[in-house]
Amino acid sequence: MSNTYEIIIGLEVHAQLLTKSKMFCACSTEFGLTPNSNICPVCTGQPGALPVLNSGAVDHAIRTALALNCKINETSVFARKNYFYPDLPKGYQISQHEEPLAVKGYIELYDKQGVPKKIGITRVHMEEDAGKNIHSDKCSFVDLNRSGVPLVEIVSEPDMRSPQEAVSYFKKLRAILDCIGVCACNMEEGNLRCDANVSLRKFGADKFGTKVEIKNLNSFRFLEKALSYEVERQTQMLDSGEKIEQETRLFDAVSGITKSMRKKEEANDYRYFPEPDLTPLVIKKDKIKSTEQNMPELPDAKKKRLMSSYGLNEYDADVLSSDVLLASYYEKLVSIVKEPKLCSNWVQTDIMRVLNEQKISIQAFKIKVENMAELLLLVNKGSINQNTAKSVFSEMLSGGRSAKDIVSEKGLLQIQDQSQIEAIVDEVIASNTAQVEQYKQGKTNIAGYLVGLVMKQSKGKANPVIVNEILKKKLS
Amino acid sequence: MSFDILNSNIPTINSAIKDKKISHRELVDFYIKRAKKYSKLNSYINIMEQEALEKVTNMDPDLSANEIIKGIPVSLKDIFLMKGHKTTCASKILSDHVATYDSTVASRLQNKGAVVIGKNNMDEFAMGSSNEHSFYGPALNPWDESRVPGGSSGGSAVSVSAGLCQISYGTDTGGSVRLPASYTGICSLKPTYGRVSRYGVIAFASSLDQPGPMARNIEDLAIAFDAVSGHDPNDSNTSSLPPSNIYKGLKNIEPCTLGVPYELLSDGIDKDVVKCFESSLEIFKKAGYVIKDIKLPHAKHSLDAYYIISTGEASSNLARYDGIRYGYRTSNISGLKDLYENSRSEGFGTEVKRRIALGTFVLSAGYYDAYFVKAAKVRRLIRQDFDNAFSSCSAILLPTAPTTAFKIGEKLADPMTMYLSDVLTVPVNLAAIPAMSIPCGFDSKSLPIGMQIIGKHFDEMTLFNLAYFMQRQRPELFNRVSVK
Repeated sequence: MSNTYEIIIGLEVHAQLLTKSKMFCACSTEFGLTPNSNICPVCTGQPGALPVLNSGAVDHAIRTALALNCKINETSVFARKNYFYPDLPKGYQISQHEEPLAVKGYIELYDKQGVPKKIGITRVHMEEDAGKNIHSDKCSFVDLNRSGVPLVEIVSEPDMRSPQEAVSYFKKLRAILDCIGVCACNMEEGNLRCDANVSLRKFGADKFGTKVEIKNLNSFRFLEKALSYEVERQTQMLDSGEKIEQETRLFDAVSGITKSMRKKEEANDYRYFPEPDLTPLVIKKDKIKSTEQNMPELPDAKKKRLMSSYGLNEYDADVLSSDVLLASYYEKLVSIVKEPKLCSNWVQTDIMRVLNEQKISIQAFKIKVENMAELLLLVNKGSINQNTAKSVFSEMLSGGRSAKDIVSEKGLLQIQDQSQIEAIVDEVIASNTAQVEQYKQGKTNIAGYLVGLVMKQSKGKANPVIVNEILKKKLS
Repeated sequence: MSFDILNSNIPTINSAIKDKKISHRELVDFYIKRAKKYSKLNSYINIMEQEALEKVTNMDPDLSANEIIKGIPVSLKDIFLMKGHKTTCASKILSDHVATYDSTVASRLQNKGAVVIGKNNMDEFAMGSSNEHSFYGPALNPWDESRVPGGSSGGSAVSVSAGLCQISYGTDTGGSVRLPASYTGICSLKPTYGRVSRYGVIAFASSLDQPGPMARNIEDLAIAFDAVSGHDPNDSNTSSLPPSNIYKGLKNIEPCTLGVPYELLSDGIDKDVVKCFESSLEIFKKAGYVIKDIKLPHAKHSLDAYYIISTGEASSNLARYDGIRYGYRTSNISGLKDLYENSRSEGFGTEVKRRIALGTFVLSAGYYDAYFVKAAKVRRLIRQDFDNAFSSCSAILLPTAPTTAFKIGEKLADPMTMYLSDVLTVPVNLAAIPAMSIPCGFDSKSLPIGMQIIGKHFDEMTLFNLAYFMQRQRPELFNRVSVK
C-alpha cells in the first residue's frame, strides 16, 4: 500500500434483529424454511394490508443504540424508501430516514498497545428486510420469507483508517450485538451484513476524496479483501492521475475484486417520505432507563473485569470478552478449577481450535463445563500431565465420557511415587553410561534425552517435574 | 308484500321482520331484484346474489336489541376486500384479483350479520369526482342518467339513492363519500381519520383515506357507522376510543353556535347551491341557532396541498401493482423493466397514471421540499384554522359541492376543472376531522344539492344530532328514492 494516501473508511452494517415475528406482521422469522411459507398479506404487499410495528423489534433496537453509546431520539419517524425490485413486494421499504431512532454514538477499539480509539456511530435506524430473488436458467423466483424481517442499520462515521481497523470495528460491533442478544450474528445466514464506503486523500488534506461504496461484504475476510483491493485500485488510479468516480461496486468473492454496479447518475431516487401508515415512534425516558438497567455487561467492561479479576493479559481478555457465551464458559470453569491462567490457556487453544474446526459456537461444544473442569483439576493436582490431558481431551470429544473414567480405564494416572520413579531413573542411568559421562563433562542438555527415556519407560505416566528433580540430583 | 321497504329505515324494517310482515330473505331478494333491474345505472361491479340469499335463508326473525344490522342488505365500494371475492378497485390491473383476506369493515359487518349483496362501481383506485374513471364504465346518476353521480364512491351513492340496497360503504380521501351523496340526494359521513379501520381497504392516500357510510336517512347512517367504527389492531392509525354509539345517542340538542366560512362561498359556487344552503341556515336560525361568520384563512390552499399529498402517497401506494405477485401482467415482456412498465402502462387508466406521475414528481429529489414538505406545512395550518374556528362554534356548515351533478363527459377533458368539484370537501380530509353531507334541496334542474356539517375531531355525535334536527325539519328531503 502507498504511503501517499490516507485511507478513509466508513461502514454501514445491517443486523437482523432476533425477534420471533417480523417487523410489521405476525409471521415467523425462522430461517431456512420452504420458500414462501412464512408470509401473510402484510409482508407480501397485498392490496389494503397495513403494517403494525413489532414492539419487540423496537426493544432490540433501543438496546442496540444504548450499547453503541447513542443518543435515542424521543420521536423517530418511519419513512418509505421507494424503488422497484421483485423482492420488494410493496414497491417501498419501510425504513427511517430524516429522523432515525438514535444518533451520535461510538465504539471503542484498542490497538496492539492497548491504546483506545473511538469510532463514531452516525446513526442507528430500524428498517424491514426485503425478500430474496432466486434465479434459474429459464426464470427467476421470489421467496418472501425474509420480507419484513426486522433490521437495524448501524452507520459509522468515516473514522477508520485501514482495512484492518474496519475489520476490528466490525468484529467489535458483532461482539456487542452478540453480547446484548439482539442479533444471532450468523454471517452465513446473512443476519449480519456490511457495506463499506472507501475513499483516499493525500495525507494532510482536509477534504475527503470521492467515495466508493462496496456492497455485499458478508464476512470479515471478504471485508478486508475487498477493502484492500479497493484501496489498491484507487491508489493506482490516483497515481496515474485518474479521477475516482462516485459509484457503487460489488465485491466478487470468487475473483477477490470489486466490480462497478452503478454510477452515481444511475443511482435510485428513493423518494423518501414519512410512512403515513405508522404514527411516529415515541420512546419515553423511563423506557430508556429501564432498558439501560437491564443491559448485560458489555464486552469492554467484561474485558476490563477479566483482566483485573483473573489477571488475564489484554489479548486473552479481548478474545474472551468478544464472545459472551465463551466468556461465561470460561468463568464457570475458573470458578471450579480456580486456576485462571490454566483455564484461559485451555479455552483459548484447545477449545477454540475445536470450535473453529467444527465451525460451532461454545453452545454446541460437546464437553460440558463440569467435565472440562474435572479434566483440568486432574492436571492441576498433577494426577495427569499436559500431554496425557490432551489425549484425554480428544477422547472426551469423541466418546463423550468423563475425564476420570478415561484416565482410570486407561491407567493414565501419573506416577507421583518418588521411589517408583527413582527406580526407573536408576535403570536409565545404568544403561546409558556414555550419555551420563557426556553430561558430567558439561553437555547438560543431554538431560532432556535422559528425561525422555525415563518418560518412555514409564509409558508417559511419570510426573515429568519429579523425573527432572531426581535425575538432576543423581547426576550431580 | 305491503310493507314499504324503500321508505323505511333500519329500525322500522327490523320491527316489520319481527312482526313477520316481511322476512329477511324477502328483504334481500327485494334489493337484489332492484339492483338487477336497474343494472343500466352501472352501480354494481359484482352482485353476490347466491351467497347473500343463502345467508338469510332461515335467519331468525327474532332480533335482539344489539342485532340491529343483522340481515340488512349492504353494498360495499369495490375497494373493500372480501376474502374469496373479486376486489377490483374498478381497475384493469386488479380486474381478476380475488382477495385473500377480509377488510375489517367487511368482517365487522359480516360478524354482525349484515348481508353484503354486492360490490359497487367507483373511480379507479378512488381517484376521481365523477365515477367516470372506472374500468367498468361510468355509473349513472339516477336523477338524470345523462349526468354523473359524483365520485369516487359513485356506485355506492347510486345504489343507496336508487334503492338498490339499504346502506352502502364508500371511502373518502378528498370528498369521495360526500360529493356523490350530494349529487344523488342522500346522506354520508366522512368520519374522523382513525375512527374506521383502513385495513383491507385498497389504499389511495393513506393519511387521508377514511371509510364512511352512506344512507337515505340519519338513523341508518348512524347504525351503519356504529357497526364498523372503533379501534382495529391491524390499523395503527385507528383511535383507541371505544366504538361509536351514535344511533342510541340521537337526540334533540340545545341550539348552539354554527360557523360558516362565508369567504369560501363567494367564488365559483353555483347560485342555486348558495340559495339552497342559505335557506338551510335560516331553518337553523329560526330554531335558535346562532350562525357565525368564521375564517379559515388557509383553506384556499387546500386543493393545492391535497393534490400534492394525495398523489405523493398514491405514487408509493400503487407501486405494489407491478405484475409480479398478483393482478394484471402484460404479455409483452422481454425483461424485468418491460414487465413493470408494460404491466403498469396497460393496467392503469389515464387518471391513475396522471396522479402517479404527479406524485412521483412531488416526491423526487430536488422537488420534495418545495412541494411535499410545503404541502405538509399548509396542511398543519389548515388544521390550525379549524381548531381556531371550533373555539367559537360547535360545528361548521358549508355546501358539499360548488355545483350539482354535471353531464357525463363534461369535465373529462379538463382535469383541473374536475378537481375543483372537491374544493369544499378537501379541507376536511387535510384536517382529519369528521364531516357529513345531507340533502338540503334541489336546483332549478331538479338535481339534488347537499350540505356539509363539519365537526371537531371525534365529535361525530354533534354532526349526527344536527343532521337529525334537519331531518325532522325537512323530512321530504330524506328517505327519498330517486327511481321507483
